[in-house]
Amino acid sequence: MIDRGLLRSAGFRFGAVYALLLAFSAAALALFLWWATAGLLDRQTEAAISADAQGLSERWTDGGLPGLVVTIEDRLAQNVDDDAIYLLTDPGMKRIAGNLASWPPAVSAAGPWYELPILRAGMKSLANVQRYDLPGGFHLLIGRDVQVRSQLRKMLTNALLWAVGGVLLLATIGALVIRNLFRRTLANISATSVAIAGGDFAQRVRLSGRGDEFDQIAEVINDMLDRIGRLMDGVRQVSNAIAHDLRTPITRARTRLEDAALHAESADDLRAAIERATQDLDGIVGVFQALLRIAEIEAGSRRSSFAQFDLAPLLAEVADLYGAVAEERGIVLRLEAPDAVPAYGDKAMIQQAIANLVDNAVKFSPDGGTVRLTASVSAMVFVAVEDQGPGIPLSERERATDRFYRGETARSTPGSGLGLSLVQAVAQLHGGNLRLEDNRPGLRAILSLPLAEAADSRAAAARLVV
Amino acid sequence: MRILLVEDDKDVAGFVVRGLREAGHVVEHADNGRDGLFMAASETFDAVILDRMLPGGIDGLKILETLRSQKNAVPVLILSAMAEVDDRVKGLKAGSDDYLTKPFAFAELLARVEALNRRGKGEGPVTKLVVEDLELDLLSRQVKRGGQKIDLQPREFRLLEYLMRYAGQVVTRTMLLEGVWDYHFDPQTNVIDVHVSRLRQKVDKPFPTGLIHTVRNAGYMLRAEQP
Repeated sequence: MIDRGLLRSAGFRFGAVYALLLAFSAAALALFLWWATAGLLDRQTEAAISADAQGLSERWTDGGLPGLVVTIEDRLAQNVDDDAIYLLTDPGMKRIAGNLASWPPAVSAAGPWYELPILRAGMKSLANVQRYDLPGGFHLLIGRDVQVRSQLRKMLTNALLWAVGGVLLLATIGALVIRNLFRRTLANISATSVAIAGGDFAQRVRLSGRGDEFDQIAEVINDMLDRIGRLMDGVRQVSNAIAHDLRTPITRARTRLEDAALHAESADDLRAAIERATQDLDGIVGVFQALLRIAEIEAGSRRSSFAQFDLAPLLAEVADLYGAVAEERGIVLRLEAPDAVPAYGDKAMIQQAIANLVDNAVKFSPDGGTVRLTASVSAMVFVAVEDQGPGIPLSERERATDRFYRGETARSTPGSGLGLSLVQAVAQLHGGNLRLEDNRPGLRAILSLPLAEAADSRAAAARLVV
Repeated sequence: MRILLVEDDKDVAGFVVRGLREAGHVVEHADNGRDGLFMAASETFDAVILDRMLPGGIDGLKILETLRSQKNAVPVLILSAMAEVDDRVKGLKAGSDDYLTKPFAFAELLARVEALNRRGKGEGPVTKLVVEDLELDLLSRQVKRGGQKIDLQPREFRLLEYLMRYAGQVVTRTMLLEGVWDYHFDPQTNVIDVHVSRLRQKVDKPFPTGLIHTVRNAGYMLRAEQP
C-alpha cells in the first residue's frame, strides 16, 4: 500500500534513482579497491612462491639433493621477514630440510594452492603453500606465512563493509534531500495553482531567476494564465455590457408591450405596438448573435477551417453589395486592388470583417463623399477602408474596438458598437491586426492579414514548450 | 404542402403548426426524436422541419442522418438554437437543405419551407424563366420584358434570377443575402432593399405593372399582378 503511494510520487522516484546510482557507484569503487589491495597481496605471494620454486628447481638440477638442502637453509637464514616456509622430504615423507616439523597431510597434490593453518616454531599461523614433486620421489613444499596479510585483508574487508553501510545511509539521506528539493520547487507551482483554483487570479508562479527548466515551465504557465486572464476579462466585459447595454432595448420593448396592454385603444394600436416590440427584440437578438460570433472567433475554434484563398473576388463582392447603398447617397465607393490578392484564413470571417469596415465607412461618410476600399500585398495583406466622415479622435481610438463602445460622434447613428470589435477579433485570430488612423478628414481602418500559414501564432507558441 | 414538424417545445411547436396551417399547409407534429424518426421514415412529406436537440435519445442530426442513409431525399430544414458557424456546417453536412437559427420570425420560416419545396422538386436544368411578360434567358443571360431588352449588371441578373426561381413565393432578405451574395450574417444596413429598389427601377418602373412586390415584415415576392 505504502509502496504504491510512494512509487507514484515523482520526488520519491528521483530520490530512489539517486540512491541506487550512488550505491552502485560506491559498490563498484569498493570492488576495485578490494581487487587492487587484498587481491594484489595474494598475487604477490603466489608470484614470490613461484619464483622460489623456479630458483630451487635450478639448484636441484645443478647441485642435486645436498645443493638444494644448502640453498633452503641459506634462504631461511637470509629471510628477514621470517615468512618463508620450506619443507623437503624423502619419498617416505620424512623431513630432510626446512622449517616445518612435518608434512601437512592436507597438501596431497602438486599444482593447486593451499591455504592452511600451520604450527611453526611453536606458534600457530596461516600459510599459503604449494607442493612440488622432485625426481627420485623427493617432495618439496614452498610457502609463505600469510598471517599478517590475512589480518590486513580482514581489516580491509571490514572497512569496506562499513563503507557500504555508510554509503547506504548517505544514499538514503541524499534521496530524501532530493525529494524535498523537488517538492519545494513544485510547491511553488502547486501553491499558485491552488491559489488560482481558490479564486485569486492575480497569483503567478514565482521565477527563481536562474532561467533553468523550472523557470521555463513557470514562464509557460504564467503566459497561459495571462491568456486565460484576458479571456476572462473579455467574458466579464461582455457580461457587464449585456447587463448595461442590453438593458436599454429590453426596457424599451417591455415598456412598449406594457403600455400597449394598458392603454391601447384599438386592435390596430395593439398590433402596431407588438410589432414595434418584436422589432426591438429582433434588435436584441442581433446584438446577441454578434456577441456570440465574436466569442466564437476569439475562442479560435474556427482555425481548423483556415485555407489559402484569393481575396480579390471577395473585395469585389463587398464593394458590389455596398455600392448600391453608397450610390443612393451620392457616395463614391472606389475599389483599388490587384487582380489577385493571396490570403490565408477563414474566408467567411474575413468577408464579414471587411463588410463591417465598409458598412461603417458608408454609414459615417457624408453624402457625396468618397469611400476607398484598397488592398495591397507586401509581407502581409493590407486591406484599407477610408472615409471622409467625422473619424475617431485620438483619445477614443484605443477604446473604439471595445465591445459596445460608441464614440461621441457615433451616438446618433444606428449600430450596436460591436462592428469594430468583430474586425479586431478576426484580425487577432489570424495573427494580423486592425489599425485606425486619421484620414484627414475621416477614418482610415487598416486590416492586416497573413499571406500564408506560416503566420499561425500557435506554431510559435508550441515551439516554446518543446 | 404536407409538412412534418419535429419540435419538443410546446409553445414554439403550437405557434409553428398554427402558422403553417393558416398558410394552407397540412402539418403533422412529433414532440420527440423517436416519433419524429418513425413518422419521417414511414410517411411521405413535402418537407420536414427538424429541431436539433430533442428528448427521447434521438436528436435531430441523428434523424437526418438516418433518413439520408435510407436514401430518403425529403427536403429538411433544421431549426435550432445552436447558432455557431460550426453547428450550421455540421447540419448542412449531415444532409439538411436549410438551417434556420432560433429565435426566428415566422415569415422567415414559412418562406424558407416553401422555398424548400420548390428546390426539392428538381425539374431538371432550366434554361429560361418566365413570369408574365418578363423573360430571363439563363444561357444568353438576357432579360426581356414585353419583348423589350433590359440591361442588367451581373449581380442584378442573379438577384432577378433568384426572385424568378421562387416566383409566387415570399423571399426574405436573408435568403437573398445567402442565395445571391453568399453572406451568412446580418449586414445591418438595408443593403438588400437598395439592390431590390434598383432592380425595380429597371424591371418595373418603365412598365405599366409592377412584378416585384414588397411583403410587409417578410421580404419580397415576384409575381404576376393578381386580377
